Amino acid sequence: MNAINQSILTLILLLPLAGAVLVALVPDRRKLPNWIALITALVTFGLTLHLPAHFVLNQGGFQFEINMPWIENPAIFYHLGVDGLSLWLVVLTGLLAPVGVVASWNAITERRKVFYALFLVQQTAMFGVFLSLDLMLYYGFWELSLVPMAVLIAMYGRKDGPKAALKFFLFTFIPSAPLLVAILWLYARTGSFDFVTLQILIAHGNFPAGPLCWIALAFLFAFAVKVPIFPLHGWLADTFSEAPVALAMVVAGKLGLYSMLRFHIGLFPQQALALAPLLIALAVIGVLYGACLALVQRDFWRLLAFAALSHLSLIVLGIYGFTLTGMSGAVFQILSHGVVDGALFLLLGFLYDRYASSQIGDYGGLAGKLPRAATLFVLASLAMIGLPFLSGFVGEFLIFSSTFIGVSRGWAIAASLGVILGAVYMLSLVQHLFYGPESALAASKPAKDIRFGELAILAPLAVLMLALGVTPSLWLPSIQTGVHPPQAKVSAVLPPSVLLLPSFSIPSPGEGQR
Amino acid sequence: MNPVPDIFRILPELVLTLTGVAVMLIDATLPAAWPRRSLGWVAAIGTTLALWASLWQLSLPVGTGFYSTVETSPFTVFFHVLICGIVLVALLLSLDTLPEDSHHQGEFYALIVFGAVGMCLLTGAVELLLVFIALEISSISTYILAGYRKDTGRGPEAAIKYFLLGSFATGFLLYGIALIFGATGTTQIYEISYLVPSAPNHLFVLAGLALMLVGILFKVSAAPFHVWTPDVYEGAPSPVVALLSTAPKAAAFALLLRVVYEMFPSLHSLWSPLLWIVAVLSMTVGNLAALRQQNVKRMLAYSSIAHAGYLLAAFAGLGNSGIAAASFYTAAYAAMNVGIFAVITLVSGYDEQLPLVEDYRGLIYRSPLLGSLLIFFLVSLVGIPFTGGFFGKFYSFSAAVSGGAIWLAIIGLLNSGLAAGYYLRLVLTSVQRNADRKNEAPAPQVGVAVGAALLLAVAATLVLGIVPGEVLRAAESGAHTLQAPPPQAATPGIAVEPQPQP
Repeated sequence: MNAINQSILTLILLLPLAGAVLVALVPDRRKLPNWIALITALVTFGLTLHLPAHFVLNQGGFQFEINMPWIENPAIFYHLGVDGLSLWLVVLTGLLAPVGVVASWNAITERRKVFYALFLVQQTAMFGVFLSLDLMLYYGFWELSLVPMAVLIAMYGRKDGPKAALKFFLFTFIPSAPLLVAILWLYARTGSFDFVTLQILIAHGNFPAGPLCWIALAFLFAFAVKVPIFPLHGWLADTFSEAPVALAMVVAGKLGLYSMLRFHIGLFPQQALALAPLLIALAVIGVLYGACLALVQRDFWRLLAFAALSHLSLIVLGIYGFTLTGMSGAVFQILSHGVVDGALFLLLGFLYDRYASSQIGDYGGLAGKLPRAATLFVLASLAMIGLPFLSGFVGEFLIFSSTFIGVSRGWAIAASLGVILGAVYMLSLVQHLFYGPESALAASKPAKDIRFGELAILAPLAVLMLALGVTPSLWLPSIQTGVHPPQAKVSAVLPPSVLLLPSFSIPSPGEGQR
Repeated sequence: MNPVPDIFRILPELVLTLTGVAVMLIDATLPAAWPRRSLGWVAAIGTTLALWASLWQLSLPVGTGFYSTVETSPFTVFFHVLICGIVLVALLLSLDTLPEDSHHQGEFYALIVFGAVGMCLLTGAVELLLVFIALEISSISTYILAGYRKDTGRGPEAAIKYFLLGSFATGFLLYGIALIFGATGTTQIYEISYLVPSAPNHLFVLAGLALMLVGILFKVSAAPFHVWTPDVYEGAPSPVVALLSTAPKAAAFALLLRVVYEMFPSLHSLWSPLLWIVAVLSMTVGNLAALRQQNVKRMLAYSSIAHAGYLLAAFAGLGNSGIAAASFYTAAYAAMNVGIFAVITLVSGYDEQLPLVEDYRGLIYRSPLLGSLLIFFLVSLVGIPFTGGFFGKFYSFSAAVSGGAIWLAIIGLLNSGLAAGYYLRLVLTSVQRNADRKNEAPAPQVGVAVGAALLLAVAATLVLGIVPGEVLRAAESGAHTLQAPPPQAATPGIAVEPQPQP
């Protein structure tokens, strides 16, 4: 057992890469690449399930850790580990991989080898980002995650892939230059890239405050573009409308938000706290701005992009409220958003495959012809809006209540307007697509409801939406152990007057539902 | 102490010379109708032997031979191996891509090998006149190689341009050497470094340093001495450019390291800001110009100028870390640049029917292997982690940061963001479907020799990107020997005389 715990993370990290190499080597015949990718993704997902099964709840710090020297000079370590923060994100990444493969099964018809090989490389890069505890290793995977994404967007873009790919790449590549300088600066000062070591050194005030401010800002900037935070969201809409469904599901949110929690707040709590008012303001603006833009979109990919901006901004609000509840809610909401957004992408992708249009105006009255799709879409939309007993509710509730009580009533009320707007655009999207008179486009094509294979990937997501919503107590305790350390560090360095929400306990949302 | 026979000190150069001579003799004795392709294999085998010979030199004690003119040390071995490796890849590349019936094939291979002799000698020379001779040996053969495609207009143009400007730059170098000789009374590098601080006429030393820097910076195509690069790269055959853009530069960077760190460490405060400016200029000028290029070879020419800038950033580092970073970057740059030129040779063909970025449209559909390799090498040039390009930049900029040049690192990294723009343009073009599929060029064939060349380049790029430890250690031990006080320096003024033999 010990040996498995020692090597499980390496296996999770390297298995998709091995699958990618295999895909590149086999001939492109009879869907062989598809099958290899699917099996790799499923096995990897199985491996990720080992983590929550053997996660020890009350043991602080990182688990399943592995720490070996990789490069002597500079001292880069192969240091991987999981805590409550990354635990479920790893599982979610594992889950979305087979979903993505199946979603691409019929959509990707040419150059399948390139597609699946790069898709699996992307998988490795994402696991690497979530698992790395060495800043240099982390940076490596962070950068690596850009390449397959950009190439695949360019190759399989719907209309103008290369332009969207270039935009995506430059938007995320250029901010990582200051990030690298910042990492190098820390290394030049300490001789270490190790996350834990640096966390301790910074907490003990071993650095001059002035430069550290800039370093923290460089970290934040790189992550903020990736999330994205208003006004750095320029790449999002184009990427969403061009990226293949399997990749769009993974592109936004997770990596940037996780990095904020782990590396911005985790390493620089004081600097992050100083910037928190600004970030809260930007987050609320993002919530409202995204929602307003989503209201007026005619293209459903773009609508989804701005809806994502709105929801991701809400998570940022939860993170930078600096309350234990808000942060737990934020992590929970990342998971929920991953599942719900994934399902919506899949469903819209199915519509696009069948009708070859992303104009909302072209659709109408599909509910009668595609009853299963309509049901699932409504379910996902309601989860997105945040209906109680569905996954979106728990996170939103935790974020709003913590913001309302612990941060500022004004901001909480302003942000909650975004949720109301969210209901408006999501419900009107449902109405335009599935109800009303049947459109000419819908009438012109034969009705093909969701097939078995498609149902097979949507059903688990639908179950998860319910499961996340009904039994948050399954996930929240472990999330809390992950969120606790940064929060505790913040309280250690803050004057008592800013200590937030001492009595706000976690089980309350479950009670709130009743 | 058992003195090392002088001959061992120049063993790789000797092997290469013999190979070149053998190639020429075989060429002359073969009947005219016989194919000359096997000559390339002879040259490749000779180069491999030279590579082994350089590695064997590691077992020799560090020291000089031939009246303190040639040194063998981990530093020289590092660059010897690098240069021999590049030459080997370039030879393998030429083997499959030179047309069967092309003229003077024997001379072509011989010239490559003779050029390698000059470059290897340049990295080992510790005496300025030998430096000059070695530089001329390598330059003259590359001048001729640049004009190998006589039948096109561009070939001779490239050769003439390269020759005129190159000789001019060598003139600068020679003049610099003369001034330094005038100021110190010696041409032996260790002695000069000892004598410079107390040189009576300091102005001569400074002028000499400046002129030498001009000559060397021309060879590495750093801005503002870079204007020859795009024209020469465009006109020369691609396999030659693969060689031209890497091996002579590696040798010239070795010389630059020797000049600034070994000969003029006392003038650090003087050359360091100069190189800072040249580094920033090279990166910025190279990248900005590359953004606008439509011809792939011109684009890569400007990119190589930018890479010279990234490499020069390492010179802001102090002593060991700077030298090691620069050496490492030279290796990483060589691996990926040779690789990408190999791909380009195959895609655009020897007579370069397809020179434009636009011509690469749909490459990944036409030839998945070459398309993927093109993307791989471009990704490495961008500097994405797990490729050699990343650690090259990484060591270079961290040397700069540790040397206090934070702004240089920031400018460099922003520049690599800028550079991503044009590398990515080529990547994105190559993955786009070609609308006009009827007129598409056929997929190029990848032969055994080219396959081996590509494999070497990919392996080197990956090794440098995933397990750079060994190479860095080699570079560091090289840096150490360059920094350590040389044995002769302890007795200044007499080192030019041969050591009395026991």
